[in-house]
Amino acid sequence: MIGAGVLRGMGVTFKTLLETYPWGRAILRTLQIPVTDGIFTIPYPETKQQHPERFRYFPFLVYDGTPDNLRCVACKICEQECPPQSIHIVMEKDEQGRPVKAHGRTLPKQFDVDMSICMSCRICVDVCPFDAIEMDNEYELSASDRYEHMIFDKHKLLKSAEYFQKIKPTEAATVDQRLAAKKAKTASPTGDKPSQPSGP
Amino acid sequence: MNSLDQLFVNANAFLLGLLPVWARPWISILVRLSVIAVLAPAIMMYLTWIERKIIARMQNRFGPDRVGVYGLAQPLADGLKMLIKEDIVPRGADRLLHLAAPILSVVPAILLFAVLPFGRNMIPADLNVGLLYFFAVSSVGSYAIFMGGWASRSKFSILGAMRSVAQIISYEVPGVLSVVAVIMVTGTLSTAGIVEAQAERWFLFTPWGFVGCLMFFLSGVAEVNRTPFDMPEAESELVAGFHTEYSGMKFALWYMAEFLESFAVCAFTVTFFLGGWHAPAVPFWTLALLLAIIVGAGTRLAIPVRGAGVLAMLGAGALWGAQPIPSWIWFFAKTYALIFVLVWLRGTLPRLRIDQLMGLAWKFFLPLGLVNILAAGLWTQFPFPLGTAAAALLLIIAGWLLVRANAPQSLQPQRVYVFAD
Ligand code: SF4
Ligand code: SF4
Repeated sequence: MIGAGVLRGMGVTFKTLLETYPWGRAILRTLQIPVTDGIFTIPYPETKQQHPERFRYFPFLVYDGTPDNLRCVACKICEQECPPQSIHIVMEKDEQGRPVKAHGRTLPKQFDVDMSICMSCRICVDVCPFDAIEMDNEYELSASDRYEHMIFDKHKLLKSAEYFQKIKPTEAATVDQRLAAKKAKTASPTGDKPSQPSGP
Repeated sequence: MNSLDQLFVNANAFLLGLLPVWARPWISILVRLSVIAVLAPAIMMYLTWIERKIIARMQNRFGPDRVGVYGLAQPLADGLKMLIKEDIVPRGADRLLHLAAPILSVVPAILLFAVLPFGRNMIPADLNVGLLYFFAVSSVGSYAIFMGGWASRSKFSILGAMRSVAQIISYEVPGVLSVVAVIMVTGTLSTAGIVEAQAERWFLFTPWGFVGCLMFFLSGVAEVNRTPFDMPEAESELVAGFHTEYSGMKFALWYMAEFLESFAVCAFTVTFFLGGWHAPAVPFWTLALLLAIIVGAGTRLAIPVRGAGVLAMLGAGALWGAQPIPSWIWFFAKTYALIFVLVWLRGTLPRLRIDQLMGLAWKFFLPLGLVNILAAGLWTQFPFPLGTAAAALLLIIAGWLLVRANAPQSLQPQRVYVFAD
């Protein structure tokens, strides 16, 4: 029949229209027509989408316990590997130019990540031998000044290991396991070189 | 009921009664003008809101919901934005025509409101050639569109304008032909007279009226360039058609003209075929019984729902007998129902191809319109069952023949597949 397709199409759109209202869904249910959930849009600032655990945005630095006990040793591997070169690291040194150690490790004096350049590729996380850098899922970072606000310094980047466990439980568990295994190896007298990089 | 029905008429008469006699005609004109001048932009603004809301819902979205409750202040915000936007005139454009075109397109759209019977005794100007006036004024819009396209000096604009003019002129013919039947039956060109003639039965419920209504409405949709007939502004081909080079308030004026014209098309369809401001001429018990039977017979519903439905419908029927709804509400309700259909069509159908569009006008609507006039003649000349049956039969046969004649011929009637050995 001529026009049957048009009418059927109009039926589909009208049903969709009804489905977006609670009363419309009620009508459809009374007529025993299968209904879907209606509107897909998430009205963003009021309600936020539940992100999957693996959702990532920008990197952050992990510390254990207190912020001065950070895992990063300023080895600059991530600075080397970062494709858009958004990381800038300066190692902490004394007057003679020897690296300063805290908690038995060298540490960065300056650790800047330019968030307006970072492309969230996660390469820095993959290459870090000490699991010192991880991906955050914080995404509401808009700011009016690119240099003031989008270059994150060490203090802005530092977040606790607990925070990491909270946002990404599965990934944090594997990382913790790996770190514990490494620690046990270093502690045992038969263990070989302590700083063997363990790939993710 | 009567006081509510004649609310605006009485208020107007009361106001005029306070004035000296010599001032009354002038003030009367002024009042009508200002009502239209206020009503038209308000209608237009909320048409955009309605359209955006409905389309959004049909696409599983919310539509505007940020400015005000349910986004009701969105049209105001948009208007403000349009006002303060930069107005760009392309280099080499004809500045005068570029400015005049949008104004020229809005003026006829507003002028159309003059002959609309909004309710019983509520018509701004009861011209005895109202119908002629409608067609004369609405066709001025095509000049404006071509003017705008020409003045912009851009190939998109000129192509869009040319398509638009071709389309408007083509669809004016079936539009007029479908109304000729109405003129034949009512014997008047006055819009108020046409509405009066439908007190007993809406023309939609006659065979020729049904076909005429469909033709008039669809031609109207095509004339105001709306989907599925929006060739002149086909985004995928022409950017925005004739108003590609317009921005700011001039663009808003084009938009306003388009929306006012689509309102006018719906309003005139209601006036000519859907009984204008008349309530449906159904005896209340028929309505109540019919609705009750429909609800009661719905086997898909649960028994208590059906029982409640039957009772509610009987109640509605009883209320109906009291004629509680003022005539102007009927008019606006029907018009907005048609506007919903307009938006619904837009939400559903893709755009027609230009040759399909022209083919529909010249190869289908035009002959059908001529047959429709004959059907209307049969309907008037013969007494009730005979005339209606003859008209219906004639229209069905003609429609079937036209569909057959217009069916696209398959280029390869048989395709033979040869498999490789
Ligand atoms: S996520 Fe990629 S781009 Fe961003 S800092 Fe790490 S390596 Fe560089
Ligand atoms: S690779 Fe890891 S330890 Fe080395 S500088 Fe980067 S974050 Fe610090």
